[in-house]
Amino acid sequence: MLKKIRIALWVAVAVSLVGVGALLWRADRQEQAAAFKPEFSLPDEAGTVRTAEEFRGKHLLVFFGFTNCPDVCPTTMAEVAQVMDDLGPEAEDVQPLFISVDPARDRESGLGEYLAAFHPSILGLAGDKAATKSAVNSFKVFGDRQEDASAPGGYTMSHSSSLYLLGPRGEWLRQFEYGTPADDIIADLKGRL
Amino acid sequence: MLKSLLAGMGLAVMLPAVALADCAEVSQGQLLISAAWSRATIGTARPAVFYVTIRNNGSTDDRLTGIETPVAGMPMLHETVMTDGVASMPHASDISIPAGQTVSLAPGGYHGMLMDLEEELKDGESFPVTLKFENAGPVSVETAVLPLRAREAACGDAP
Repeated sequence: MLKKIRIALWVAVAVSLVGVGALLWRADRQEQAAAFKPEFSLPDEAGTVRTAEEFRGKHLLVFFGFTNCPDVCPTTMAEVAQVMDDLGPEAEDVQPLFISVDPARDRESGLGEYLAAFHPSILGLAGDKAATKSAVNSFKVFGDRQEDASAPGGYTMSHSSSLYLLGPRGEWLRQFEYGTPADDIIADLKGRL
Repeated sequence: MLKSLLAGMGLAVMLPAVALADCAEVSQGQLLISAAWSRATIGTARPAVFYVTIRNNGSTDDRLTGIETPVAGMPMLHETVMTDGVASMPHASDISIPAGQTVSLAPGGYHGMLMDLEEELKDGESFPVTLKFENAGPVSVETAVLPLRAREAACGDAP
């Protein structure tokens, strides 16, 4: 009788181990399926092509904008600058990126100098039309030219206005909608770094 | 001890005076205009921005129909509009200033877009902007130029 109970218990242990193993395996598979890894391959101001892969190990804070934008872009870059200042030493593990959706004009007017006025850590990338489109598509965001006779140069851009956070393996983590205060972004990042 | 207390009091008296220099208030008729600010520019190629707070203390509505400034050849009123997280910036033909309410031209909403800059806007300087109101008429306000990375007026939102 006692032996039967003991066998039954061991069987129960074995079954539960297999069950836990199956659950872990499934969770892992789901995580892999969920890991959305946006890609880009765009030149910095010096002309060096930068890709998502080279930033593995760091968190990437990515914004799509254009420097002729007077309101949303400088406001967001100002928040990013505050985030980088307030992160202290942990700022080393975060790379802010500004991907231009108006690359020809931004290259001409000096993207690096503009971004440095906010924070020296912000890296500006401005590629050709095809590479920009490909980055925009990979992030599943939006950036489009709109003809506007009253705007400088006869056009303006409408663009996704959130900040996108990628993790150290290049995986998509979340977005911070336009207007998220620097303090909220810092609190989120501190929980991850 | 007494000395540092006195020094502290002196500073407390001075600070509001410093802040006020950046936060000119102008009142005309029923309107109180305050917290006019802009961000420094790099050169003149890119448009600058203009933010301001307008309080209508009266019992009749007014409208802001346009802005003018000597620093820009083409100043316009715009509104940042978010649609599913996508920002666009349509021209605002006028901005309603309802009776008894405060309307702010502020980041992420209404703003003046100063195109065709005549000069670089430098941090610490200021420039005049004339706001054109349908009822109150033109009102000129001194606009503080803050660093490019400024997030709000140096004096905070006017009451």
